Amino acid sequence: MKIKNLIIWSRTNLFSNWYNSLISLFCIYLIIITIPPFIDWAFVSATFEGKLKTDCKTSGACWVFVKVWFEKFMYGFYPVENIWRINLSFLILIISISLSFFVKDKFKIYILFFLIFVFPIIAFVLFHESFGMQIVERREWGGLALTFILAIFGIIFSFPLGVLLALGRRSELPIIKYFSICFIEFWRGIPLITVLFAAAVMFPLLLPADSYVDKTLRIAVGIAIFESAYIAEVIRGGLQSLPKGQYDAARSLGMGYWKMNFFIVLPQAIKTVIPGIANTFIALLKDTPLIVLVGMAEILGMINLAKANPYWLGMAVEGYVFAAAIFWVASYFLSSYSQRLEKKYSTEKK
Amino acid sequence: MQKSNFKNLLIKNFQWQNFLPQFLLLFFFFLLIFYFTTNAQVNLQARNITSGFDFLGTNSGFDVQFSLIPYDGSYSFGRAYLVGLLNTLLVSFFGIIFASILGFIIGISRLSENLLLSKLSHFYVELFRNLPLILQIFFWYFVVLRNLPTTEKSLILLDFLIINVQGFYFPKFIFTNFQFIIYGIIFAILTIFLLKYYSNKMFYNSGKYLPVFKLSLIFLILFPLVFSVLGNVGLTFEQAKLIQNFGIFNYVGGVKLVPEFLALLFALSLYTSTFIAENVRAGILSISKGQKEAAKSLGFNNSLSLKLIVIPQALRVIIPPTTNQYLNLVKNSSLAAGIGYPDLTSVFAGTSLSQTGKAIEIIFIVMMTYLSISLFISLILNWYNKKIAFISK
Amino acid sequence: MKNSMFKFFGSIALFAFLLSGTVAKAGTKEDVTKKGSVSCGVSQGVPGFSNADASGKWTGIDVDMCRAVAAAVLGDANKVKYQPLSAKDRFEVLKSGQIDMLSRNTTWTLSRDAGLGLEFVGTNFYDGQGFIVRKAAKVNTAKKLNNVKVCVETGTTTELNLRDYFKANKLKYEAVSFTKADEAVAAYDAGRCDVYTTDKSGLAAQRTKMKNPGEHTVLPETISKEPLGPVVRGNDQNWRDIAAWSLYVMIEAEELGVNSKNIDSMKSTDNPNIKRLLGLEGDTGKSLGLSNTWAYNIIKQVGNYGEVYERNVGAKTPLGLARKGSPNQLWSKGGILYAPPVR
Repeated sequence: MKIKNLIIWSRTNLFSNWYNSLISLFCIYLIIITIPPFIDWAFVSATFEGKLKTDCKTSGACWVFVKVWFEKFMYGFYPVENIWRINLSFLILIISISLSFFVKDKFKIYILFFLIFVFPIIAFVLFHESFGMQIVERREWGGLALTFILAIFGIIFSFPLGVLLALGRRSELPIIKYFSICFIEFWRGIPLITVLFAAAVMFPLLLPADSYVDKTLRIAVGIAIFESAYIAEVIRGGLQSLPKGQYDAARSLGMGYWKMNFFIVLPQAIKTVIPGIANTFIALLKDTPLIVLVGMAEILGMINLAKANPYWLGMAVEGYVFAAAIFWVASYFLSSYSQRLEKKYSTEKK
Repeated sequence: MQKSNFKNLLIKNFQWQNFLPQFLLLFFFFLLIFYFTTNAQVNLQARNITSGFDFLGTNSGFDVQFSLIPYDGSYSFGRAYLVGLLNTLLVSFFGIIFASILGFIIGISRLSENLLLSKLSHFYVELFRNLPLILQIFFWYFVVLRNLPTTEKSLILLDFLIINVQGFYFPKFIFTNFQFIIYGIIFAILTIFLLKYYSNKMFYNSGKYLPVFKLSLIFLILFPLVFSVLGNVGLTFEQAKLIQNFGIFNYVGGVKLVPEFLALLFALSLYTSTFIAENVRAGILSISKGQKEAAKSLGFNNSLSLKLIVIPQALRVIIPPTTNQYLNLVKNSSLAAGIGYPDLTSVFAGTSLSQTGKAIEIIFIVMMTYLSISLFISLILNWYNKKIAFISK
Repeated sequence: MKNSMFKFFGSIALFAFLLSGTVAKAGTKEDVTKKGSVSCGVSQGVPGFSNADASGKWTGIDVDMCRAVAAAVLGDANKVKYQPLSAKDRFEVLKSGQIDMLSRNTTWTLSRDAGLGLEFVGTNFYDGQGFIVRKAAKVNTAKKLNNVKVCVETGTTTELNLRDYFKANKLKYEAVSFTKADEAVAAYDAGRCDVYTTDKSGLAAQRTKMKNPGEHTVLPETISKEPLGPVVRGNDQNWRDIAAWSLYVMIEAEELGVNSKNIDSMKSTDNPNIKRLLGLEGDTGKSLGLSNTWAYNIIKQVGNYGEVYERNVGAKTPLGLARKGSPNQLWSKGGILYAPPVR
């Protein structure tokens, strides 16, 4: 019975006329030449066990490569015995974010405060040095952890600056307004990689001759300023969508500029554009791997290093597929989550 | 009494509240610039690097793999800048074309009634949109193009395209008397303008409708053809030839596209096409069903309703974000630095910078160039928006 | 008012944040002693010179040079932190103070010595540029290389020498340039170009990393002089002396017949030169600001020049570079390694 239904269904939907049938046959052809070979390569014929390259005798993927280099891909050259510190900070981050969904609205602001002001300090102390634990130079941070660290810190620090810029752009004071506009359009008009090059090579020239700010910090600052321009535009959209009545009501209650913005305008505006902010964060997460081009050993850099190791020549495909899987999963889930958020908040308004 | 009056007057007239923040902003901004400049001067002097833009005239000393204009190490840095800029524009131009074509096809496919097609294009969009662009570039370059056969074992498609690990080879089109084709195109364009004018007039007068689009296409193809026959335009193909030098094989001649260019082009086109596909889909979906039904009830057939009703309105929704994507594509072309394609960033902000050490001048030039390109595209977008707005009201 | 106050304090906070990563610069030796380790700039993976294995352990001639300095200053050859650098930013990183020493098979040239504010402390490997081609190319001399594609690393003297050689011999070539040596080698291996050029030691080293090392051959011509050695900043005389003499004692030790295995038995020798080397007589360390056992530590923990050479690039290693007939031999045995007396 089921097969008969399938045949009827495909008759009407897939093969209704010659044009449709041609397209369907083409699609089926595409599926056949890509999916089964890939599944075979990645799972069926693949080698999962072993420690050496010589263990990979099959024609499939050599996941041994990924297993052996896994820690390097994830954490770079971070000393192995201290990896628990990175894991701990991410755990704290995830817990605090998940908490924000289960608590009442009025506690959410405290969690936001914690995330923006307290968490960075905790995380930094954990990563770098604390209470007699070994100091790990920022130079040694690497792998996927570095990507996530820079992306998260980028978003967190770009947020305050972005808010200021968005408000500044809508200000009536001409200098502030034009300064904000120029700042935003400048940072949005240049590619991220020029910012990274500037941070890596040019910025040391602009600091006093005797001082030295290490590269990770410079790049983090560069990313934060770059992202703030994009965040500013997103927030500006939210500010514009707010009915003028809100502004008038706040003013009529005698609120000053900052009180009005902080308590009335911004909370509503930001709530409206949470999907936009999530999208910007996802875009940032996809852009952060660019730091490999200025010599930072994040996950793509580690894969390039590993595949050049003479012992492991020819493993480029496994490495990139592994990285692709991680990024795809992260990006896909974040974007579908933000879509759900969008639906949730739009119904809430009604 | 007098004193407080005066104070009120002062405050009212000078409006400290408005004046002070702006003054402070300017003050700290210039303080920052001053701080940076003095530090830069000290640092540059300590490293024996002079400032100024005259390095643009000195020999660069390095070669690049791919250039549209003649260039090698004996040319100047200014020339290297030009090489980089042309390469950026080249890959952006073709990237935009391919991304648009792919994007439109995929976008429309997503709305198809054929379930297989719409699911497949949905899968395509989700796959290529969520992967970082740099990863896609690496994949094309290191996995796909690096594993092509070596020169002596090249793949030859249809006697036209030669594919091997050193690149793609096309025959070079060599025209004689090419100017006649140009004349033909100009003539065709003039005729099309005349046609539009005449068909508009006819439409107002009699309501009859000329198939302007189809006729224009015919003119664009026909007239250059006629002119080329009349003007005795000759076309020869120069295909790449395999030359053997002892045991070394090389293809010489023809048009060669290096793997760096191809990897960047493929990755950029695929990645950007997913965003354009989503824009197209959103645009077409935004046309409420009522529009199509009204058109049908007025007797418009499918293609006319598409052309006059759906697409113009959809375009209004599609074009602004798509122009934004074009801008992103140009900015993303700077990722060429990752695989050594000699675009502006890689040649100028990369190699030239490390050769001369003049970081500030070079970064400044590069940023200004990208800003100008961004500004130019934004201006076009604004012009288009104004034009559309006028029509709608 | 509040607007501007916010901005004012915000910028102060930003500066404080930025400055949190700053480090003051004093003499390099004092810095190193305080840090407890030597920061060494090395290559991104040249077997025999500086290469890391999967567990992160670095080996090579250049690595041993850094270890010698660490042994001299800190008494422990393992107190080194390695930073892999590309040819592009190696000098910038040294100038900015991120590393104490650059030991990255760098060629000593006039423009680099005089024009960058840096100091070359000596030569630990005398090399020359050459070419490697596939055996299947059936070419046995560089003079036959016409209309070839050559893979090369940008930003090196290699590129300039390449252009000069081909111009002088009226041969045509097309340069396929890459920013990293690894990429250039991989491209050559994949067939992207017909020839790869770099220093001959590099050719031997990179050949071990290719898919089929036996398929490739190094052409006989040496087209340039490439004295490779460590580099330090030009504004620190004491550090320069420490680095230079760490190299010299290794050469001197080989000349005196002292190595890491027999050094303890040498303590009972009558030879005053050996006694001075071991710190049993005289106070060579004092003028350098080091303890008297500085040379002893180097030889005991790292070895003399011969040991360093043989275990990293010698005839028994995959690189297989024989000392005999090359300049990298003691002057008394036909080479040009000549250390000034350690006294």
